Amino acid sequence: MDRQIYLRGVKQGIPVGLGYFVVSFTIGIAARKASLTAFQATVMSLTNLTSAGQFASFALIASGAPYVEMVISQAVINLRYCLMSCALSQKVDSRLPMHHRLFMAFGVTDEIFGLSISQRGKLDPWYTYGVMSVAVPGWSLGTLAGVLSTGVLPRTFLNAMNMALYGMFIAVFMPAAREDKKLLPVIFLSMALSTLLQVLPWFDFISSGMKIILLTLVISMGAAVIMPVPEEEL
Amino acid sequence: MRNYMYILVMAVTTYMIRVIPLTLLRKEIKNRTFRSFLTYVPYVTLSVMTFPAILESTEKPWISFVGFGAAMVMAYCRVSLFAVSMGSCLLVFLLQFL
Repeated sequence: MDRQIYLRGVKQGIPVGLGYFVVSFTIGIAARKASLTAFQATVMSLTNLTSAGQFASFALIASGAPYVEMVISQAVINLRYCLMSCALSQKVDSRLPMHHRLFMAFGVTDEIFGLSISQRGKLDPWYTYGVMSVAVPGWSLGTLAGVLSTGVLPRTFLNAMNMALYGMFIAVFMPAAREDKKLLPVIFLSMALSTLLQVLPWFDFISSGMKIILLTLVISMGAAVIMPVPEEEL
Repeated sequence: MRNYMYILVMAVTTYMIRVIPLTLLRKEIKNRTFRSFLTYVPYVTLSVMTFPAILESTEKPWISFVGFGAAMVMAYCRVSLFAVSMGSCLLVFLLQFL
């Protein structure tokens, strides 16, 4: 283990942990409405670590849906993690032992992935563990606080924390765009198309999780064909 | 009890999705188009998730938009991740009191 790399992960994971606390706070409130106990909600957050998936699960739990429906909905909503995991498999050393792969996989979320993939060179699993060790408690404790809360945190504070999470996303993709000019049009095109899909009423039947997957597949494939990354940068 | 079964089913499904590529793709993929595709995936996915969703992070879209703009500029100027995140967060927090 490399202590310095781990600590860098911890430090960069702080905005993630704070943002997670807030987002999962709202998950906790939703869990209480679906009549989960504080313990059940916390266990769910600790073992699942997926905002969209957990939000979607409450409707299914409340209606007593069959388990197979739960499997399908979680698989579809979280399919983007599969793409992220593919990308991570190429970012780690190809000789990385199995136990690291098993453990890292647990932490594949939008934010932890975003930070991990933006590291220079090959990814050291200890960086990811550093981020996880702030993010996972933030996520679980936020849920717990949400279930137990009675609306104590002011709205303005929660809003600002939401912004912290997005600010972190931006801090992952914008510096890369400065170094590699190909990325800038791809980023703006992604934002434009995602706005279009959100605004145009014809796409209302596609869930927001599915929209993310479709846009990611189409735009990344298009970019890969039109502007393949030079051999030496891969 | 049924709630715990739901939680277990969810956790197993989600973990499978996360663990299968990382454990099965153990060799480096040589195909240039596929590798280019994987290079673009994180940036596209994060951009798509950020915008327009970021506009809903506060009740007033213009405040969110200012936060978004500030974060974009700071990040492009290579301000550190922590500072970009906390800076836009603080800015938005203060603007809400206007």
